[in-house]
Amino acid sequence: MTEKKEIWGTIKFDGPMATKGFALNKMCYTFNNAEGREEFKKDEAAYCDKFGLTPAQKEAVLKRDILALEREGGSIYYLAKFAGVLGLNVQDVGGLQTGRTTEEFKAYLDSQGRGKSNG
Amino acid sequence: MAKIIGGITTSHIPAIGIAMDRGIEDTPYWKDFFSAYPPIREWLAEQQPDIAIVFYNDHGLEMFLDKKPTFAIGCAPQYENADEGWGIATIPPVTGETELSWHIVNELIENDFDPTVCQDIKVDHGLTVPLSLMYPGRKYQHLKVIPVCINCERHPMPKPSRCYALGQAIGRAVESFAGDQKVVVFGTGGLSHQLDGERAGIINADFDNECMDKLVSDPEALTRYSNDDLTEIAGAQGVELNMWLAMRGCMLGKVREVHRNYVAPISNTGAGTQLLLPE
Repeated sequence: MTEKKEIWGTIKFDGPMATKGFALNKMCYTFNNAEGREEFKKDEAAYCDKFGLTPAQKEAVLKRDILALEREGGSIYYLAKFAGVLGLNVQDVGGLQTGRTTEEFKAYLDSQGRGKSNG
Repeated sequence: MAKIIGGITTSHIPAIGIAMDRGIEDTPYWKDFFSAYPPIREWLAEQQPDIAIVFYNDHGLEMFLDKKPTFAIGCAPQYENADEGWGIATIPPVTGETELSWHIVNELIENDFDPTVCQDIKVDHGLTVPLSLMYPGRKYQHLKVIPVCINCERHPMPKPSRCYALGQAIGRAVESFAGDQKVVVFGTGGLSHQLDGERAGIINADFDNECMDKLVSDPEALTRYSNDDLTEIAGAQGVELNMWLAMRGCMLGKVREVHRNYVAPISNTGAGTQLLLPE
């Protein structure tokens, strides 16, 4: 029996989460293709319905609530593709999840590396 | 017999590929990172390996959650790259290999590893960014690539100890292959980073440096971590250390480090680079 370690601020993407998020992740997987991205942009709600997202997942998509999407079973690999559709990069997404601006998030990253030795 | 002539570890962050396409390698943000690569490129140019075994993880280009192998190995003559959805340029096809790769598959299954065997897969930035880094200008077509894909996305993931053992089994398979091919092994991804959750952005530079030390001197110490341990210490995507462990496993005996670099942050990540040679 494997133990499940709880780690603050981290949702373990495991079987139950992958089950919960399958439709959401399947929708975001289509953002690999330009046709999927375009169809989503034309009518976001309709595209969510096409993939059978739950009301909570659909609301989180429409609100661009990345943390809620993760709680609803979104895998960051596919949410990154969703973020790409929105024109956001991984620092923007980091900021959105941690309550920081993108610049503040970059400064946080830097403080753990090069910024540390630069004083 | 075929011979493993060296092992290379490298980050595979998409931003690296984008920076190369934009030609901004010499800017202040990037220069400390890219300065690590010329010595490795020179070594590759001098040694002229025939084959590269590349351990990588697919980030949702080919392997969606519907059918996601724990370990997968490519046995195809060619691999295509494709649109990943967020703007990294698609690179020209990667040359594959169908003799050593099938030999590895046979040997793995004989030795109780049961990978998914792939004759047609698209390869994503996990594999293409390292190749582009080693061969600027996308001049990599001469090199025959054997992709080995490890699930780093959905738990349960293969344990670090198992990834290391997979590498050892592949290393032994290479040694038993009748041929005189020179093989280089890439361990890609890592090191510490976390993209998701309120904890997004953690980097653990001390641990990353310790991993690079141990990878040389005592890789088995690293195999004692669980994936949950790695998540806690090095972030949710810190589990990409598993690809480095698989690379190190391939090298079987002792190694010496001839080159190392570490820069953090690159994008959201601690970016480590090493060139290891068999002793």
